Amino acid sequence: MPPTAHAAAPAAAPPAALPQGSPVPNRPITLFINGHDHVVMVEDRTTLLDALRERLHLTGTKKGCDQGQCGACTVHLDGQRVLACLTLARQAEGSAIATIEGLAGADGTLHAVQAAFLAEDAFQCGFCTPGQIMSAVACIREGHAGSEAEIREYMSGNLCRCGAYPHIVAAVQRAAAALPSEASS
Amino acid sequence: MRDFAYHRATTLEQAGPLAARAESAILAGGTTLLDLAKCDVVRPAEVVDITHLPGLADIRADAESLHLGALVRMAAAMRHVAVRAACPAVAQALALSASAQIRNMATLGGNLLQRTRCAYYRDPASFPACNRRTPGSGCAAAGGVTHHHALLGTSEACIATYPGDLAVALVAVGAVIEIGTRWMPAEDFFLLPGETPHREFALEPGEIVTALCIPASAASRRSAYLKLRDRASYEFASVSVAAGLELAADGTIADVRLALGGVATIPWRLHAVEAALTGRHPTPATLREASLLAMQGATPRPDNRHKLDLAPRLVHRALEQLLQGDAA
Repeated sequence: MPPTAHAAAPAAAPPAALPQGSPVPNRPITLFINGHDHVVMVEDRTTLLDALRERLHLTGTKKGCDQGQCGACTVHLDGQRVLACLTLARQAEGSAIATIEGLAGADGTLHAVQAAFLAEDAFQCGFCTPGQIMSAVACIREGHAGSEAEIREYMSGNLCRCGAYPHIVAAVQRAAAALPSEASS
Repeated sequence: MRDFAYHRATTLEQAGPLAARAESAILAGGTTLLDLAKCDVVRPAEVVDITHLPGLADIRADAESLHLGALVRMAAAMRHVAVRAACPAVAQALALSASAQIRNMATLGGNLLQRTRCAYYRDPASFPACNRRTPGSGCAAAGGVTHHHALLGTSEACIATYPGDLAVALVAVGAVIEIGTRWMPAEDFFLLPGETPHREFALEPGEIVTALCIPASAASRRSAYLKLRDRASYEFASVSVAAGLELAADGTIADVRLALGGVATIPWRLHAVEAALTGRHPTPATLREASLLAMQGATPRPDNRHKLDLAPRLVHRALEQLLQGDAA
């Protein structure tokens, strides 16, 4: 197994280390969210979740545990479901971000998964619901909504403290019947 | 989360020196680093985002080996046809790890480097004593709740369990870790805690894992990963087993690979069990007796004593499953 040759590129000058204790300044970045560019001032440590909620006032994406354990902050990055609480806003620069606010049609027509959650009464308090819906959209697209067991496995990253799981599973099944998946297309 | 500066590295040559600076941390998927930064366990002054480095996200297979770039995401590896064919244990270990969202984020290199889930390690405000976090400060786990703590590879200084699944499969099949221009067996990559539990991996400052390589073998192609958990999904292993098997033409065991997760401070290769099986016919009695060697040398605690029985049974089950695959 010979070592892999890594393409050498001209070395850019390394960024200077900040003097100890000096604050990292706010900087503007451009985030492409739900089809539109947004310029937003963030600290380097600002998570995508905080940028969405606190800077851009897109509060549909929820902060539950803020530690990658509950799934309430699920958004799509270049079509893949990810956790916004464990993604830095600056890491998301250059990617297409999709949040719950962009899911319904421009005329207000609900996405099939949103409609299915209403039809199946798939929530009680509703706090986890945006994350559940964003996760379910990806779960169906990935082709992982084939059975109740498969849905439970592939939705396990989204916790619901009200315990609405049976209705959530029913909603995912209902929506999956109406939507194409990568596996079947 | 404390303040830090973010750098996006564009070449390996640039990333290494940046990552070697004091108080610098490498950022890939972020699922470990940002979590631990929020817990105040790690306090980087700068993070170096390596996810845009070119050429580190490839999966290639040839007659000799399966090459997995360090920046391949867990989800991409687990569904890749070459991975499933060359080493089912790796694909299964990844599929049984974390959640769908985290598997889309976390990289294979970062997965190896994930830190223990020891509740005392993760909570410095409540438990200042942790030799892994702060050398010489003591161990709050030793007198604490040890349901999830290690029975094997422990020391006076640390009993924290290595939490990963992928690494268990890699150690079983004899994978090699590529670190820039040098190579290291996966088994040597993870360091026993001894008196220096803060040194967890055989990496020098600024070194970056660039690839994982699995040598082609019959035992790797016929391998499996079994995982027992306290809940059905999205949970770390209570006990897990990676197993690979090759039978000779006369039906004896030509090659067997076994490693345990969830019970040791590092991914735990079962050399004694392998030796007891190699060259033998896989009779039920032989499998059972060999499996009983799995927890040899274990130091149980009141809260984790059940794993003394659980681990050998799971080893036995994994071997039976691989043999049944032969009959089918």
